[in-house]
Amino acid sequence: MPNGEDRADRPFRMSRRKMMKGVAAVLGAMALPGKDAPASVWESFFQKNFRELSGGDKARVIARLEKEYGDKYGKPVKVGTAPPLEGVLYGYGLDLSRCIGCRRCVYGCVAENNQSRNPQIHWIRVLQLNKERGVDLEEAEEYYNPSKVPEKGHFYMPVQCQQCESPPCVKVCPVQATWKERDGITVVDYNWCIGCRYCMAACPYGARHFNWKKPGLPAAEMNPATHYLGNRPRPVGVVEKCTFCIQRVRNVPGRYPACVEVCPVGARKFGNLLDPDSEIRYVIENKRVFILKEDLNTRPKFYYFYAT
Amino acid sequence: MRGNRFPAAVVAAALCLAAGFASAASPEKTPAGKGTAAAAVPQFAVPKPPFTPGIFPCSDCHKDIKPNPNRRELTDEHTSIVLNHAQGQRWCLDCHDVTNRDKLRLVNGQRIGFDESYLLCGQCHGDKYRDWKVGVHGKRTGMWNGEKQYLLCVHCHNPHDPGYKPIPPMPPPVRPEDIRK
Ligand code: SF4
Ligand code: SF4
Repeated sequence: MPNGEDRADRPFRMSRRKMMKGVAAVLGAMALPGKDAPASVWESFFQKNFRELSGGDKARVIARLEKEYGDKYGKPVKVGTAPPLEGVLYGYGLDLSRCIGCRRCVYGCVAENNQSRNPQIHWIRVLQLNKERGVDLEEAEEYYNPSKVPEKGHFYMPVQCQQCESPPCVKVCPVQATWKERDGITVVDYNWCIGCRYCMAACPYGARHFNWKKPGLPAAEMNPATHYLGNRPRPVGVVEKCTFCIQRVRNVPGRYPACVEVCPVGARKFGNLLDPDSEIRYVIENKRVFILKEDLNTRPKFYYFYAT
Repeated sequence: MRGNRFPAAVVAAALCLAAGFASAASPEKTPAGKGTAAAAVPQFAVPKPPFTPGIFPCSDCHKDIKPNPNRRELTDEHTSIVLNHAQGQRWCLDCHDVTNRDKLRLVNGQRIGFDESYLLCGQCHGDKYRDWKVGVHGKRTGMWNGEKQYLLCVHCHNPHDPGYKPIPPMPPPVRPEDIRK
């Protein structure tokens, strides 16, 4: 898919600023911030796509966001911009023979990544499946709620963003607010997303979620260690998704994603696909592995496997 | 694509450098990689074994008791332990050392500490032990590209009754029709 790579490397050149000026001229003052809106509102309105920001512009944007979030949540907030690590392509493994469907990962993710509590947004969905039927998504049950898990005759398959190598969500975005980074993580620039939700329709895994309302994120529960392309607080009207905890993993040394750390049975594995000694490479080379909806040729970097 | 942009040799060199760097940064924390001898001890930071509070060191009580090596059902002490792990084929002193109560015992007679109990488990569960050493069975926390912590087998599996016990799930998601938009 040389096309996809080109698009990812060279962002769309027509600036939204010009386009929006045109739109504004047509729609009149309705589309613009009020005349006594604070300067920061105007600044964010005219902000460029993250990939086009120069060093100085980027620093100003980050300073503005850190101040905005700091004031809003009443604590110092860091908005990181760490670039991809060289020689790293992230891969994820999930052991279906271990997962017990306890949903610890779902809520660990919510706490780490500042999802809206109300209205509720979950980046991970755990599907309960029948052992007799195997991976039959038509039969999947997402709302199971017994007193204890696992239940007899069932197994569990958590689904989140599969970080596709050929991500259909990226192809359909009309403004290139979402793209695949060099380390394989598909990210969203929440300041550039126009909320059209084309990507949600294109994603075959239901991995993208829309902020229909202003996210309800209690200040006390807000995680202040954020990344611009990941878990920083989102505005209303934008799409969000799993980023393999970009704020954690893009460091040397970098922490495991929150879902890996919280899983009580160790069903979740994570590492560098380019490192032959990594856990994830061992899984791919030694276990029975499959990717979800392989026939769609999205080429996920999320590998389901059976360790036993 | 990727292969074309980075010739294999360059990638390999970069990885070697990265590997060298990682091991220099944490000399004694590198995982036991492929090719190391089966008996090689993984050098992970493992938390303390999960003893019942106040029970260790076992010798506190046992030093005054004359060892009785005869297989029997215990009636005075440790009665709450019900062996559900190949019972009938083994009893206490197959794993606990008869002379040094603060140690475990391998089939070859070697004494090991409770913090090395994976060696004992690995005698029968070789496949799990192999996977555990490379980080695939069990849970690792810490840094994906640096220092890791690893749990012992006994942190998740009660050695006397090792089946993983069911736990209550966290609440199911709200159904879309119940989310007020
Ligand atoms: S926390 Fe682990 S065991 Fe529980 S549902 Fe998630 S992956 Fe499965
Ligand atoms: S799983 Fe969906 S959101 Fe994630 S990269 Fe693939 S298409 Fe995009």
